[in-house]
Amino acid sequence: MQDVRDALMVARTSEGKLVRRPLSPHLQVYRWPVSMALSISHRVTGVGLALGTLLLTWWLVAAAMGDASFAVVQGFLGSVIGVLLLLGWSAALIFHLFTGIRHLFWDIGRGFDDRAYRASGWAVVAATVATTVIVWLVGLVVW
Amino acid sequence: MAGSDPTPQVVIRRSQLGRARGLGSARAGSGHWWVQRVTALALVPLSLWFIANMMRMEGSGAETVARWLHGPVSLVLLLCLIIASFWHMALGLCVVIEDYVHRESARLALVLAVRGGSVVLALLCTVAALRLGL
Repeated sequence: MQDVRDALMVARTSEGKLVRRPLSPHLQVYRWPVSMALSISHRVTGVGLALGTLLLTWWLVAAAMGDASFAVVQGFLGSVIGVLLLLGWSAALIFHLFTGIRHLFWDIGRGFDDRAYRASGWAVVAATVATTVIVWLVGLVVW
Repeated sequence: MAGSDPTPQVVIRRSQLGRARGLGSARAGSGHWWVQRVTALALVPLSLWFIANMMRMEGSGAETVARWLHGPVSLVLLLCLIIASFWHMALGLCVVIEDYVHRESARLALVLAVRGGSVVLALLCTVAALRLGL
């Protein structure tokens, strides 16, 4: 026996014989409901946002160092790669924010029944798309 | 039972209490969970405020950022955002590492790197913000 949890994987048949319990199949056999996709995306965007803090740090430190270094950051953020990074970063932040609010509601015990669960999942998707589009439309108009 | 019988056998030589001992007390175990939630709650308004300000300042020079942070309210809010973000980030990344990295040495090295890196980045942001604002 490798692990104490193995004890739970063993049972007796009606004849009293010890058998290993069957394992349920892993992730790949299931259809992906919206909640499953959102759950892993919440984690992926969290890691992505952690990488994005490097950009935030660069931006702030460059601003503190003066106009010359700040112009380099602003130039990079205005380039095609910079704009794409900002688009991904803002979408990830907005998505993580909305799924995070969903998680906080679960933490106080709300929204666990099947219908609310699915509805809040789709609401998060819609809110993320709408907010990201609004932020970028307003941003481009100001620009 | 015959020696060649492949049926599994279970022998637990320790009591339930013996198994639970040495795993650490539950007293401090929920602190991590709470900090993750409290920083998340703080980051909801702070992130929205930050996005709005970034939109306002796009393409502007360093003196615009300095002027923005010269107000005590925006400076304090940015410092709150920095502390909450990096704390939330360090806790979240550690959870991810602990979930997927199974080798003890690699896990310890990554967790320490994430914690150290978070502190350094948070201090860089804090000092930069203070230098701009003060």
